[in-house]
Amino acid sequence: MEKTMSSEFKIVEEPKNTLAMNPKKFAMWLFIGSVGMLFASLTSAYIVRQAEGNWLFFELPGILTVSTVVILLSSVTMQWAYWSSRKDSLQMVKYLVSVTTILGVAFLVLQFYGWKALVENQVFLVGNPSGSFLYVITGLHGLHIISAIVFLLLVLISAFRFRVHSKNLLQIEMCTTYWHFLGGLWLYLFVFLLLYR
Amino acid sequence: MATVDLHTHTETHAHTEHEHEEHHHGNFWTNYVFSEDHKVIAKQFLITGMAWALIGGVLSVMFRLQLGFPDSDLSWLRPLIGGWLTPEGKIDPEFYLALVTMHGTIMVFFVLTAGLSGTFSNFLIPLQIGARDMASGFMNMLSYWFFFLSSVIMFTSLFISTGPASGGWVIYPPLSALPQAMQGSGLGMTLWLVAMALFIVSSLLGGINYITTVINLRTKGMSFTKLPLTIWAFFFTAIIGVLSFPVLFAAALLLIFDRSFGTSFYLSDIYIGGEALPNQGGSPILFQHLFWFLGHPEVYIVLLPALGITSEIIATNSRKPIFGYKAMVGSMLFIAILSFVVWAHHMFVTGMNPFLGSIFTLLTLIIAVPSAVKIFNYVTTLWKGNIIFTPAMLFSIGLVSFFLTGGITGIFLGNSAIDIQLHDTYFVVAHFHLVMGSASFFGMVAGVYHWFPKMFGRMLDDRLGYIHFWLTIVGVYLVFFPMHYIGIAGFPRRYYSWTNFETFSGFADLNMLVSIAAIITLVAQLLFVFNFIYSIFRGRVASANPWNSNTLEWTTPRSPGHGNWPGEIPTVYRWPYDYSKPGAKDDFIPQHIPYSETPESNFPHENELVKLEMDNGSAIIVEDKKH
Repeated sequence: MEKTMSSEFKIVEEPKNTLAMNPKKFAMWLFIGSVGMLFASLTSAYIVRQAEGNWLFFELPGILTVSTVVILLSSVTMQWAYWSSRKDSLQMVKYLVSVTTILGVAFLVLQFYGWKALVENQVFLVGNPSGSFLYVITGLHGLHIISAIVFLLLVLISAFRFRVHSKNLLQIEMCTTYWHFLGGLWLYLFVFLLLYR
Repeated sequence: MATVDLHTHTETHAHTEHEHEEHHHGNFWTNYVFSEDHKVIAKQFLITGMAWALIGGVLSVMFRLQLGFPDSDLSWLRPLIGGWLTPEGKIDPEFYLALVTMHGTIMVFFVLTAGLSGTFSNFLIPLQIGARDMASGFMNMLSYWFFFLSSVIMFTSLFISTGPASGGWVIYPPLSALPQAMQGSGLGMTLWLVAMALFIVSSLLGGINYITTVINLRTKGMSFTKLPLTIWAFFFTAIIGVLSFPVLFAAALLLIFDRSFGTSFYLSDIYIGGEALPNQGGSPILFQHLFWFLGHPEVYIVLLPALGITSEIIATNSRKPIFGYKAMVGSMLFIAILSFVVWAHHMFVTGMNPFLGSIFTLLTLIIAVPSAVKIFNYVTTLWKGNIIFTPAMLFSIGLVSFFLTGGITGIFLGNSAIDIQLHDTYFVVAHFHLVMGSASFFGMVAGVYHWFPKMFGRMLDDRLGYIHFWLTIVGVYLVFFPMHYIGIAGFPRRYYSWTNFETFSGFADLNMLVSIAAIITLVAQLLFVFNFIYSIFRGRVASANPWNSNTLEWTTPRSPGHGNWPGEIPTVYRWPYDYSKPGAKDDFIPQHIPYSETPESNFPHENELVKLEMDNGSAIIVEDKKH
């Protein structure tokens, strides 16, 4: 008898939302997962290749530290923008998304200067794989940042049309997730490149 | 604020049911070409996949002609391959390598990945979980068109003057990285890489969509424990794809850099004509690691959907519940996990640390356990069933047969010591063609026979189906069984000719037999193509549920329109395998029949559920903790 009682309590459940997540948001997480696999495979290829020796050692350009700070800062402004949209302070949203976009572009410019510093340091794309890996990894990350900046611009356009507010959060939420992911990804890559040289 | 509300509305239109009715009308282009409907996209994938299968089959017959009849005059092929014949009427050796490469690439990726997953994941996921369409119809459409673009580029590469990629479907560098290595490593290889990059994009778009749909768009009551095994299989396949295809992308990206920008990821210490290349410090083994980290999961991307389709067809046509539903799901999960940790068994002879080889041997052999569980469950499902031998059923049983015969040789090949002898011989060719190639192909064909009525509203001809089946299964075994012997004798794969080696002068007759069987098998497929095309237009009109099956797709009308169900989506009350339930009126009870309507066949615990159905209206979900 006790069995039926307990099962009755367990069984009844509103089945409407089997998983309380918007499909688009869920797809975004899966996309993030596959981008994560892309960089995981590149960094593990890096480790495997490095273990075989004949590896050119060089210092990472100092400017990459600055770009790391910039991208972390942009994550803060992005999160702030998201919070503002939840509180319906539409002016702040416009302002903060713009700032994030500018910081994102600044990050790309800094990465480019990082490449320039590498070239001055006689580290080229063509040459020892240690340098090639650095260019490919940073370049590929940069491409993803460009895609995120396009996404930011879309959010910005929506914000200027007053379409980003507490009842319409999906777009900015997805953009925030993506932007945080790319920031976190860069942090991982930066620490990784510092540790394995 | 009106604009604001409007916008919220359009964003969520994919899930609201009313608005779907607006999509019914459209012109030819939006309905049949750039369609976002999952059923149309599935058919597009199927027809493209079938075209590729024919091309891949023709290529294989061409190189089998060379292998089986090395002395014959093939001048009659000149209209087809023109300059690729030598003046003596032989296939050009480099073109032979191109044929082998393209056969592999086409069959593995374009037929058994896109053609199989693309068709059946697209067609069955929304229909079997009770959804109006995929999570994102637009992404789904993009997925097909990226695949189409990739197909066009790969197809074009067959016709360029330097020939398509020729370094084997695994495109190992340095062969694939240096245009000087062979003709096919020039433009052909570039086109191969571009096509595969697009293919990866297509797979990711598709896979992300499949996973999202399975998780988020199930109908009321469709808990995970009530999912048909097909859906479980597509779900695991999509997860494997989303995790492994980016790795192939990384491998290909670094190869592109090596080929086009002069980097040295995979190249080192190479001399061409006595001249050293500038590339220093690369590692060709690195490519193999990256490639096989995709390559091995790819085997299961190809196989799992076929296994899922088989589970469904065998249960339906045995008129019995699937034996060990949870064991089936568990073994698929286990296979999916293991598929990521066995890749180095493709690399036993690359000078790998023998200790590492032992670990990979162990992990590889563990895969035999879930595989055996699956075979056991298929056989026990068939055991004492009221078996109906439809063509689909025959092909499913054929799959089980191939999975067993091909799987057993995997146990030998998975041993790092035995692999020293068998590596890159015809034994390997025989193994993977049976366990992966033929098994998956049979799953795909079985799926077409089984779901053709739902796809086109008509039945395929049974008699042609039986002829097709018997010719194909006998043909396949005649092709691949002798290859085991040829392989054990040490015949290496991908060789143009063995006439230069006294050791390999034997087995010429066996090779001839293989080639003849290959030709017969290919011709048998034409029967199927004829049956397919004929039945689309002239086939017997199908009823809504011709196989008396339980899953939700058979509750739709004969030709489901956009949105799949004209009225409300049915609610699911029971698992999909209530066949021949004791006491029931019919020998099947579809998933949408509540327990309250079947008092005569309910088990005691199911009678308890009836009360809840009453109390709670139609919407209940059962957590399957008591089974």
